[in-house]
Amino acid sequence: MKGRIVIVHGNLITVEATDKVIQNSIAYCLRNDGAKLLSEVIRVRGRLADLQVFEETRGLRVGDTVEFETDMLSVTLGPGLLGQIYDGLQNPLPRLADQVGYFLEPGHYVNGLDQEKRWEFTPTATTGNKVEAGDTLGTVPEGIFTHRIMVPFGWKAGWTVEKLVPAGSYTVKDEIAVLVSAHGDRRSVTMQQNWPVKVPLNVSKQRLLPTEPLVTRIRIIDTAFPVVRGGTYCIPGPFGAGKTVLQQITSRHAEVDIVIVAACGERAGEVVETLRDFPELIDPRTGKSLMERTIIICNTSAMPVAAREASVYTAATLGEYYRQMGLNVLLLADSTSRWAQAMRELSGRLEEIPGEEAFPAYLESRIATFYERAAMIELKDGSFGSLTIGGTVSPAGGNFEEPVTQATLKVVGAFHGLSRARSDARRYPSIDPLDSWSKYKGLIDPDKRDRALKMLRRGNEVRQMMAVVGEEGTTTEDYTVALLADFFDNVYLQQNAFDKVDAATPADRQKFVFDKVLAVMEGKYGFESKDQARESIIAVQDLFRNWNYAATDSDEYKKILGQIEEFIANTGAAVAVS
Amino acid sequence: MRKYYDEITRIAGNVITVNATGVGYDELAIITNEKGSSLAQVIRLEGTQVNLQVFAGTQGVSTGDRVQFLHKPMQVPFTDDLLGRIFNGAGLPRDNRPAVEAKRVDIGSPAVNPVRRLMPDKMVETGIPMIDIFNSLVESQKLPIFSVAGEPYNELLARVGLQANADIIILGGMGLRHDDYLKFKNTFDEGGVLGRTIMFVHTAADPVVECLLVPDLCLAVGEQFALLGKKVLVLLTDMTAFSDALKEIAITMEQIPSNRGYPGDLYTQLARRYEKAVDFEDSGSLTILACVTMPGDDVTHPVPDNTGYITEGQFYLRNGRIEPFGSLSRLKQQVNGKTRDDHRAIMDACIQLYALCRESREKRDMGFEMSNWDSKLLRYGEMFETRIMDLAVNIPLFEALDRCWEMLAECFEPSEIGIRRSIIEAHWPKSLEEKEEKKEEELVTA
Repeated sequence: MKGRIVIVHGNLITVEATDKVIQNSIAYCLRNDGAKLLSEVIRVRGRLADLQVFEETRGLRVGDTVEFETDMLSVTLGPGLLGQIYDGLQNPLPRLADQVGYFLEPGHYVNGLDQEKRWEFTPTATTGNKVEAGDTLGTVPEGIFTHRIMVPFGWKAGWTVEKLVPAGSYTVKDEIAVLVSAHGDRRSVTMQQNWPVKVPLNVSKQRLLPTEPLVTRIRIIDTAFPVVRGGTYCIPGPFGAGKTVLQQITSRHAEVDIVIVAACGERAGEVVETLRDFPELIDPRTGKSLMERTIIICNTSAMPVAAREASVYTAATLGEYYRQMGLNVLLLADSTSRWAQAMRELSGRLEEIPGEEAFPAYLESRIATFYERAAMIELKDGSFGSLTIGGTVSPAGGNFEEPVTQATLKVVGAFHGLSRARSDARRYPSIDPLDSWSKYKGLIDPDKRDRALKMLRRGNEVRQMMAVVGEEGTTTEDYTVALLADFFDNVYLQQNAFDKVDAATPADRQKFVFDKVLAVMEGKYGFESKDQARESIIAVQDLFRNWNYAATDSDEYKKILGQIEEFIANTGAAVAVS
Repeated sequence: MRKYYDEITRIAGNVITVNATGVGYDELAIITNEKGSSLAQVIRLEGTQVNLQVFAGTQGVSTGDRVQFLHKPMQVPFTDDLLGRIFNGAGLPRDNRPAVEAKRVDIGSPAVNPVRRLMPDKMVETGIPMIDIFNSLVESQKLPIFSVAGEPYNELLARVGLQANADIIILGGMGLRHDDYLKFKNTFDEGGVLGRTIMFVHTAADPVVECLLVPDLCLAVGEQFALLGKKVLVLLTDMTAFSDALKEIAITMEQIPSNRGYPGDLYTQLARRYEKAVDFEDSGSLTILACVTMPGDDVTHPVPDNTGYITEGQFYLRNGRIEPFGSLSRLKQQVNGKTRDDHRAIMDACIQLYALCRESREKRDMGFEMSNWDSKLLRYGEMFETRIMDLAVNIPLFEALDRCWEMLAECFEPSEIGIRRSIIEAHWPKSLEEKEEKKEEELVTA
């Protein structure tokens, strides 16, 4: 199927087709120097098809040939995805660099999986087995995981295993099985299969209510605004509030099997940090490099905008694939606003009637469908897998009333709103404890958590009142509440991402520290003056701060714990700071 | 023999439409009439209708003018002979010297493959404590100065340019007042760096389309020098003028505006330029410092807002000082852990205390009683402003850190500043500590 270009307008081209055209199928534009530019059909009107081109369209001419394919935009699934750095269309960037050098020249595509690498395949099914889509035929070890080789997810009918290769080493191209259907349809299975990125991939017994906490080791999240495996959350925040740093810390410390980082339309420098650091960082839970559990999808702001739109779908599909193996996957998308803007740019070129702030009318449904791909599922073999999605949002002007933030808030389970006031005051992570919310249950007993947050709110009220009536117009009791609220914020909700110990607090330590913090907050104090109150609280705050920096069960840790317990035992009496 | 087209069917704003075939998207054309010629760029193709944005503007263009297509995108000559030269937004000399003849390179090259980028890790010392201590500038960083008209942003830009130790300085002026252009030229001349400077200057009086090309010209040349291993510093002023030029073209092309008339792809357009900042693996680097004027001092205006999401931080210039709040260098963590062990602690503590000081000032201004703690903070705030924040302060980093410790020791007790004990023990100024010990001894004896 071929066509001829009639309009070129930025990354949108209109093609006059000579044959049938399939909506959302891919096509290649043949530039006069021989380069083939990947594109996707996004609208058909009569003989005219509108295509978004995933590359710069410089040099395309009216009359140039376009070749249509029948497939939709797909990714290749199979062993070898982990540790890869892909662009939004699953081209491995390191191999592209080897081929074309410093720059991403248009029209170069590389297979997402290494076609030559050999994998140790062990069959788990046997010939004669009845199987269906998603059933495991065998496994290969991939780093620290057992990678299941499954019946292609799109093969709906029931199949019988006619042939299965013996254990041995194979490439992803080699035939490992032959399946035959009841109608005699005979198909060959390799270790790789394709899946269209915009179609959710979920072959399971049932979808479950997500309830298991996902420990991020960030105290304000795990304690106050928890996230669960298979759940969704969003991090809106103005620029400079620390969205990306928060995502990076999460990608390092989150207690999940696999992390997929989708850098979507953001700075290249931030991705570089991840891809240079991760191979050297050791995951304390496995003793292996962090990169072995990570996939980076990187479509930075300078890369073509249509591929940016595809990148979040690519990331979600890879996440769903590993979920099918009974693994817990966390997808971090930074930033979903850039993805929404990519839709807006295209919608503008298509001359669609614009919605609010010129975003297309289908913005909300697209965002909802994306987050709905997160789920905790029970697989057919009884094991469980989850995909959790955390997306940052970059609202224009830091104003959460804008369409992308609002559409996102409707569909996520937790909201971690970053505040510029907090980041300006260097209170990190700058998640606003007064605005944020979570619908999930976390590590800490909800009653205790609510008591602490209530006190924080009370403290804030006192502070506001104090701004009007002054310190002298405030009672010592109220003033103490404000101090204790600050104490909670300073030593517990804030965390120093650049300190080895404080950067990540495991679940047990969080629970233990939280109880001590709560004991201080709920102590009975009978301060005689505000100065006495401040001195006493600042002293205990100093203790906790140093305690946060002390490695668990180190001598320093035990020493400070002793001092803290002493303080709690006689709350109210000023402790000497040694 | 090149082919000419003379069927111009539409002239509107800076865009003309001509009937032609075999034309590539984004390629360059020359429009000629008896008065002269101008370059133009293809911005939309529809059948035989070719839309061109005309660099010199469409004033005086007639429907009978001849259009010739060059079948190549906009290019710029690249050679060492560029050093010391001044060009306009169309890449032509504005210093009355002959045109530069050399191999030409395309502007607007594709994005750099992220795996070929290095992690930025070399600090650029500027001698300005508000930058060096609190928001260190890093090689290959892209950083804007947010400011309002009237602030000395161009002076600050020039000063950083002079002190930053780059191999090549490239200045891109957009919508510059002629005075400012001359001031830059004089500053660089007096600083003795004109010989390693290249300027692409579009002044407010020049055609608006030329403004659009300035960043691309600067960055294309800068990128080539960086690929030869040079440390390049690109100074762009003012990116708001560039964005306004984008807006003008978008409106002429009847694009649906997204926010305050700016096109929906403003983010992408800005990002494509700023993302040229890079530290190449096995080669040089390109650092971008840009000025963004905020209309009405409003940071939520689309230009500063989109810029902030792209760049690696921002400096706010207000009342002639770099604001400690809001100003941010995102890359500072890459370098400030390697300078001195107290750098980060001082950075955090000084700002936190200064924030508290501002709260105390508010209380004071409303007539509330000042506690002992408030008085300490007020005293500290005054000191911080005169000894550190003032733009006239020009001292190396370590000296600035020592100065901060002295201030803290003069104003506070060690436990009040929120720095961990081990660092305080190492850096708390000795003279004061001795004084305290003496005081304690006195108390004991008493």
